[in-house]
Amino acid sequence: MTGAHIKDDLVDTTHGCILYLEEITVSFDGFKALNGLNLYIDEGELRCIIGPNGAGKTTMMDVITGKTRPDYGTAFFGQNHDLTQMTEYEISHAGIGRKFQKPTVFLNHTVFENLELALHAKKDVWHSLTKSLTGEQKEIIEDDLETIGLKEQKNLRAGLLSHGQKQWLEIGMLLVQDPKLLLIDEPVAGMTHQETEHTAELLKSLAGKHSIVVVEHEMDFIRSIANRVTVLHEGSLLAEGKMEDVQNDQKVIEVYLGS
Amino acid sequence: MKGWLFIFGLLAISTVLLPLLNLWVPEESNFHIPDYMFPLIGKYLCYALVALAMDLIWGYTGILSLGHGVFFSMGGYAMGMYLMRSIGKEGVYKSDLPDFMVFLDWKELPWYWYGFDNFIFTLLVILILPGLLAFTFGYFAFKSRIKGVYFAIITQAMTFALMLLFFRNNTGFGGNNGLTDFKRILGYSLQDPSTKMSLYIITAFVLFSSYVLGRYIVLSKLGRVLTAIRDAESRVMFSGYNTIHYKLFIWTLSAFLCGIAGALYVPQVGIINPSEMQPANSIEMAIWVAVGGRGTLSGALVGAGLVNGAKSWFTVAAPDYWLYFLGALFIVVTLFFPKGFAGIFTKLLSKDKWRESA
Repeated sequence: MTGAHIKDDLVDTTHGCILYLEEITVSFDGFKALNGLNLYIDEGELRCIIGPNGAGKTTMMDVITGKTRPDYGTAFFGQNHDLTQMTEYEISHAGIGRKFQKPTVFLNHTVFENLELALHAKKDVWHSLTKSLTGEQKEIIEDDLETIGLKEQKNLRAGLLSHGQKQWLEIGMLLVQDPKLLLIDEPVAGMTHQETEHTAELLKSLAGKHSIVVVEHEMDFIRSIANRVTVLHEGSLLAEGKMEDVQNDQKVIEVYLGS
Repeated sequence: MKGWLFIFGLLAISTVLLPLLNLWVPEESNFHIPDYMFPLIGKYLCYALVALAMDLIWGYTGILSLGHGVFFSMGGYAMGMYLMRSIGKEGVYKSDLPDFMVFLDWKELPWYWYGFDNFIFTLLVILILPGLLAFTFGYFAFKSRIKGVYFAIITQAMTFALMLLFFRNNTGFGGNNGLTDFKRILGYSLQDPSTKMSLYIITAFVLFSSYVLGRYIVLSKLGRVLTAIRDAESRVMFSGYNTIHYKLFIWTLSAFLCGIAGALYVPQVGIINPSEMQPANSIEMAIWVAVGGRGTLSGALVGAGLVNGAKSWFTVAAPDYWLYFLGALFIVVTLFFPKGFAGIFTKLLSKDKWRESA
């Protein structure tokens, strides 16, 4: 893969919009996981995506990160990155970070090493073999450890962290990647009430600097962070707007909230 | 447990002390190491190098190859071809051609034997060819995202196919007899104790350097990326790494080391034939690493020593039971000691049970 389809390394958001999904359709053996989905995310926005199981939330994340190719439709990051033509690592380099539904961190590495691996830097074989962390890079990691509250665990093997701590570590890994768009899949699944609150604070403090898309089931959590909510149903957009409006939307109540 | 210090010492001893015990200690002494021991230990060191190569790709990166016998044999055959050409007219048929070609009534040297009368050329082939084959093979395999058991099966098929090819007489590598009856290397007689000693010292030195190189790699960020690929490849990709490049690098390096091991093995053992490419041989290489401890370099070296030591003893004492023993050993280690002997040692000697030592 050459960079021919990446016209400019920077993400062009002159129109205020960072992510454009248009008419995205993905089918698996005839089942349409996504069906003509349209979604636009503004720069600096914190958006929550909700929807019942099988609504296509994770598939949408897969399309944005290059894991799944859409059968039809366009996906642009800024106005100049065609996501359907890029590989996972190119998309990551362009500035999209993803947190998986199940916390995915490197269990045999320490917390610090996890962040070191994620850190925004040259990531080719030669640099990895010959370069070690600069003082400045170490500082970035230390700051990040502070943000996610894992300073004391930095030399602990990530496999020994609690579930909530793993979730934070993964968010921390996204942050040191310095992405422009963060995709976060179920950040508070399995978290205690206190941990959930802490996560909400964390995400709110990140909005503005980054655009954030959160997929979540936990309604209280969404109420506490989101100003705009998108509801997916059967692979397409059902409703979009403020949380209060969406909650009172008759269609939404039928398929999701009411159940 | 500073496993690496132990191995460091062990390698230093085998490179320096053993030859000194042979040269300076009188033959009557119990500490004298007899000449015939050196090709034997040298053989083990070659196996240890293979285990090291295997561990880099399997133990650290999580890619199980069951075809490393191919790379080993390529290095071995290249060296064997040079040694065949060095026989000159001293073969049974007093011909300029290798004996097996005369036997097959071939009149001239096949083109792919050209150049092997030159040692430098041979050396280049040894250093380049196994890596090149691995690179090409790996490029297509990794690009197609073939992994896990599928990759293992394909590599196993590769070694089986090449074994069948090399078994054929008209392939031009001596058929099932392979290449043997070598006389000399670089003009020195292979029967001469000092030649044997030199080959041994070179082998020990190469193993030592490879261990240092391997250690440098696994302790660098590159090493951490490799283990991360083993544990969660998609996370590595989403973190912005082109994992194909990383896998290709370590896979090619592994084959490169394996080829060198093969080239060092042949002059000390005196023969190379297609049985080195038997599927079982490549599987055995994986067992060395599993027994010693995946993901620790010292474990791989110890594993190669232990299993081959046991093999040498068994094949003399109870040859019929060797394969049963090997199978049982593999099962016991996999079930009860997933980290092999290295794991047992770390558990016994260290409080810090969670960190992998290199």
